[in-house]
Amino acid sequence: MKRTVLIVDDSRAMRLVMARYLRELGYEVLEAANGRAALSQLEAQAESPDVALVDWNMPQMNGLEFVQAMRREPRWSEVRVMMVTSETDCERIEVALCAGADEYLMKPFTLEILSEKLAVLGL
Amino acid sequence: MPSSGYDRDLRNTSNAFQTGPNSAVTETKMLQAADYDYIRRLVRERAAIVLDETKNYLIETRLQRLASTERFASVAELVALARRDSAICRRVIEAMTTNETSWMRDVHPFEGLRHHIVPEMIRSRAGTRSLNVWSMACSSGQEPYSIAMVLREYFPQLLPWTLRILATDISTEMIAKAKEGAYSQLEINRGLPASLMTRYFKRDGLQWRVNDDLRTVVEFRPMNLNEMWPTLPRMDIVFLRNVLIYFDIETRRSIFLRLRRVLAPDGYLILGGAETALNLDDQFERVTVGRSVVYRLRSGSL
Repeated sequence: MKRTVLIVDDSRAMRLVMARYLRELGYEVLEAANGRAALSQLEAQAESPDVALVDWNMPQMNGLEFVQAMRREPRWSEVRVMMVTSETDCERIEVALCAGADEYLMKPFTLEILSEKLAVLGL
Repeated sequence: MPSSGYDRDLRNTSNAFQTGPNSAVTETKMLQAADYDYIRRLVRERAAIVLDETKNYLIETRLQRLASTERFASVAELVALARRDSAICRRVIEAMTTNETSWMRDVHPFEGLRHHIVPEMIRSRAGTRSLNVWSMACSSGQEPYSIAMVLREYFPQLLPWTLRILATDISTEMIAKAKEGAYSQLEINRGLPASLMTRYFKRDGLQWRVNDDLRTVVEFRPMNLNEMWPTLPRMDIVFLRNVLIYFDIETRRSIFLRLRRVLAPDGYLILGGAETALNLDDQFERVTVGRSVVYRLRSGSL
């Protein structure tokens, strides 16, 4: 069965590039441009995605708020969450991990690095 | 979409992805066959490393990186200079003998360490309360520091123990870098769980520096596996990963022969993902530990 990824990033270019690569890795790809849209996507799916790749700074609902909202819902507890962001402060990372993110990937990154981080998540 | 937003979007995206060895733009002129042969002969003579024709891509990528850093116009130019200049020649050998490493490389061996090997050693060495680990080709330090993180993170009962991780590598440059324990954002990103990153590293400007409590567990020393080994303590766990591929059969056998005397009788030898000891030394037997394959000395071996 194919794995599914939800890409949450307000940059359309970023979503396009990541989607193309993740499809090559064999993922079904869902996209959302902000936290609120991502929550709607999750509601709309019969099955939860395997992993959500979440940017931090987005309009309407940012990545941190999205993670917090997700982690309040037991039905999405199995979804792995990886922040993918240019926020690289230690405090930011710890805040994200405490809020329920499973992993943290700092921009800039190579596609190889993305793949290795997915492996850390057991994917 | 307003054009300024689109431009910023594209710029941010290209900034988000690193596609190559960065910095200087270096023309990738393909090397001549004679150049490949020269590099092959050089690393064979000076470092007992065997590269066959299928490893040409390795020569290109490693030297490409060095050529970019040293601002050569092309890799061909770098090789031409290496033939005449011993300092550049040494840099070329170092570039060819180093390994780009990630943290917890291949994941499973470190899981094996965490869930099976170390718990077993905690029981079997409860009397001496001492653990010696050897990272035989430590490169820029990710492997020994990863081992140290597993020991420190998951085994608080090891705190009063004597823990020693010996980390050796043929490259003095790599040893110096590993000792410093400072890594770029790209390097730190590679396979390191974020929780371990925040716990064991501190951000220092654009770099991430390893904390002292990890640093004190690891001793770095340059060492050429092909030369005579110094006197070594008995090792409980040995990592010999992704370096045997560079040696010919005789050198590999010689390493295993010497390892028979260094590895504790109940110790573990961990090789790289696709590597095997089976055709090299029948005194080592294969053992499955979790999802990884490791090696131990057959009981009754010398």
